[in-house]
Amino acid sequence: MDWFVFLALLQDGITTGAIYLLLAIGLLIVFSVTRVIFVPQGDLLAFGTLTVAALQSGRLPGTLWLLDGVSAVALVASLFQGRRAALRGMLTWGLYPAAVTAAAWLLAPRELPAVSILLALAIVTPMGPLIWRFAFRPIANASVLALLILSMALHFVLIGLGLVFFGPEEASAPPITDASFDLGSLNVSGQSLAVLACCGVLVLGLRWFFGATIHGKALRAAASDRLGARLVGIDAAATGALAFGLASFIAALAGVLIGAVTPLSYDAGFDIGLKGFVAAIMGGLVSYPMAAAGAVLVGVLESLSSFWASAYREVIVFTLLIPVLVWLSVRSGSPEDRA
Amino acid sequence: MSRIASPPDLLRASGTEAADADSAPIGGRGPVARTGADVQWSRWIAPIAGVVLILLVPAILPIFYVTLLGYVGMATLVALGLVLLTGVSGQTSFGQASFVGLAAYATTILTSFCNAPPIAGLAAGLVLTGGVAWLLGLVTARLSGHFLALVSVAWGISFFALFGTIPQLHGFNGIGNIPPLRLGPFSAASLRVNLGVIWAAVAIVMAMSANLLDSRLGRAIRTLNNARLMGASVGIDTVRLSRTVFVIAALYAAIAGFLFAHFQRFVSPTPFSLGASIDYLFMVIIGGAGSLWGAPVGAALVVVLRDQFNDWIPRITGQAGNFESLVFALVVIVLLQRAPDGLLALLARLKRRPARRAETGADVPLEIPAAAAVAPGQELLALDAICRNFGGLAANRDVSFSVHAAEIVALIGPNGAGKTTLFNVISGMLPADSGRIRLFGAVAKRISPRRVAALGLARTFQHVKLLADRSVLENVALGAHLSGRAGLLRSMLRLDRAEEARLLSEARAQVIRAGLGDMLRVPAGDLPLGQQRVVEIARALCLRPRLLLLDEPAAGLRLAEKQRLAALLRQLRAEGMGVLLVEHDMDFVMQLADRVVVMDFGQKIAEGPPERVQSDPAVMEAYLGGVA
Repeated sequence: MDWFVFLALLQDGITTGAIYLLLAIGLLIVFSVTRVIFVPQGDLLAFGTLTVAALQSGRLPGTLWLLDGVSAVALVASLFQGRRAALRGMLTWGLYPAAVTAAAWLLAPRELPAVSILLALAIVTPMGPLIWRFAFRPIANASVLALLILSMALHFVLIGLGLVFFGPEEASAPPITDASFDLGSLNVSGQSLAVLACCGVLVLGLRWFFGATIHGKALRAAASDRLGARLVGIDAAATGALAFGLASFIAALAGVLIGAVTPLSYDAGFDIGLKGFVAAIMGGLVSYPMAAAGAVLVGVLESLSSFWASAYREVIVFTLLIPVLVWLSVRSGSPEDRA
Repeated sequence: MSRIASPPDLLRASGTEAADADSAPIGGRGPVARTGADVQWSRWIAPIAGVVLILLVPAILPIFYVTLLGYVGMATLVALGLVLLTGVSGQTSFGQASFVGLAAYATTILTSFCNAPPIAGLAAGLVLTGGVAWLLGLVTARLSGHFLALVSVAWGISFFALFGTIPQLHGFNGIGNIPPLRLGPFSAASLRVNLGVIWAAVAIVMAMSANLLDSRLGRAIRTLNNARLMGASVGIDTVRLSRTVFVIAALYAAIAGFLFAHFQRFVSPTPFSLGASIDYLFMVIIGGAGSLWGAPVGAALVVVLRDQFNDWIPRITGQAGNFESLVFALVVIVLLQRAPDGLLALLARLKRRPARRAETGADVPLEIPAAAAVAPGQELLALDAICRNFGGLAANRDVSFSVHAAEIVALIGPNGAGKTTLFNVISGMLPADSGRIRLFGAVAKRISPRRVAALGLARTFQHVKLLADRSVLENVALGAHLSGRAGLLRSMLRLDRAEEARLLSEARAQVIRAGLGDMLRVPAGDLPLGQQRVVEIARALCLRPRLLLLDEPAAGLRLAEKQRLAALLRQLRAEGMGVLLVEHDMDFVMQLADRVVVMDFGQKIAEGPPERVQSDPAVMEAYLGGVA
């Protein structure tokens, strides 16, 4: 392998690493606020890619009907919860899906990449809060394990739906930019830079959101002490919905970005999400900079090992966890009692 | 309960009171005592019925159900391991199917390729799987719950990928024509015989698991779930024990894998995928992770539902492969939402069963073993300039004092003075930043809680740490952990009964001594908080300590109970025990303590006999905010 191949692989690795980082951030947000390990996040990522692809080919995606159907149920449910909830329900679960459906119906035939991307984000993002509302909120106080198992079951529901909606074929998202330029003899693709730029903007945006807005601070409060946050009047249901909303937005965005680099099928999200987990674990599920370093490491390692020994790619990436764990366990000593 | 016991009364505990405490169920809680003959009978009903069923059912069932029940049985084996791992010790594994696969491939290679007898395949599978699990456990046992869960997903995928890519294993084409089970002249080519073998294995594994849970190690395993610090404080090696449970669960899966290879007589990677591992967890969660019976219930439900869905849904929708797992997952979600603790727990809630009648060691004469002899006045603990910081906060600054045999020392001070931190430093749960601790004459820089317990220091916790759904007796018996020796095999084969009776009898003696003789079988979590503290004291006494650390023992007790506690502490002092206690009840402290150490903002501000400390201006300043 010569130097240039290495650089190209490195570029690939860093791009996918950025995607893993996005997923790791989504996982961290949801886990720290609700104790849910959000396995279906990867499936939402695949939804993102496949929804854009469907819109780009002029079809209305099945995820749109899913959004409409589940929103309708949420709308009906909200009608029985008093006037304020009903009003809010009509806005979020009535007006919003109606507007998105109308926009998709009008704009999809034009097949404009930018419009398709925005529509896909608008369709997939509400799925997080809906999943929270119907799957997790009813047993929000159950054990972490029960929540994790529920998460796994949801993963199967989502890939089942994905197969029904999109079929088994792979599909790509449109690239944000076709530009590319040469750096020495290395060809740097504009899409890679776009992925990194989106990732950077998102990280900065989240930083601002958590540091400077009341909703962001409420999420941080709920993450550090759920009971305490409730005692000072922070609505646990609302913070949960917000956390899931952020995670599904991140997943949809990641899907739109990675879909332009690698074509995805309905069941490809799980592996990608899992590598987000690996990155998050390397960060010890606590520190964002560590998770970022872990994500890039996972991406680069994956890209290098797919060049050398592609059959063993997954084995290599997941086995990589072991030395990290040894280090973590030596450093942390015995685990504290879990709450 | 509220009767005030004078010291002679306490000493008499070994006689009459013990007897009536055991035979009289109090408050309608305990089960009505059954007669001896009854007990003899019921002990044999279940095993005999089991043997009859295992012999009869496979012989008469239609062959379709033979296959189905075979899969239920093998899944039950894996799920039993998961009940121990997940339900009892609180660790989660998404990798059990890969253990099944390791053992299945091990026996396949040996019997198909090398013509070895199946028993060698079983041995190889157990050794290989156990070894791999031990290595994985070495890495992961220190990790807390969700870490282990995620890591297990990773190795589940890795093993699956390996099964599919190693060329000698024929990839997804699989390996067929695996020879049937055979032992000497007996061959089990028939599925019916296999079914009998599978369920016999299930029965044996289940009985061994039940024995394990009902033993000293079983109690220790329960502390792994959310009470590891407490476990360490009574001398349990929690890291090693979690690894042991992990290996046990893997070995159960290995037995299932061995049976699977010879039942199906064909192996391919598919049944050992991550999805299969997740199905095993579904079984345990749906059945109920808290009880061994959750395993067969959940296994039957999942296997049968999957089978029925695969049968019916394509007929309804007209296409195969699209909706089965979707519908199954939706059913799982609804079940989880309706019964997050499993169907068994749901049933138990509908019909509250009387508490299990456990052995109490009542047939062994009561005897409280004397603590190691210590001369009165001998130094037990000496602190020299202990410092401990949390970030910029100095919780302990240059704290020095000592505790001697046959002495009660009270550590008092306003909230946040650093008393509990000091307790944690002394008992090895927090390292000191600087300073020296001399415990029983030996200086140690860093000493583990387990070692501290073994040396003869026992403690209670400010925030009570008990196994809330286990009986008072079992909780207290945890304290006797170090005085038992029975290992895993002895516990599983029930060869530990003599030792178990001794431990339980000792625990019972301590419970009675602490004044909770009426509450032996009550779940500890059902007691009022004050009495839970007393349970902790009884547990600490089971360690036969030379030095006892009590963190707010009198909080939540009524006056009469406080007096009884004071009497008990005086008696312990008379026996030569040293006691260091943190307490906010000044009347209690002042009437009891020989010496009082006062802390404020992490520093010792006064030390001396109660009357002198009470009039110390620095103490008044700390408590009242300045003397007018």
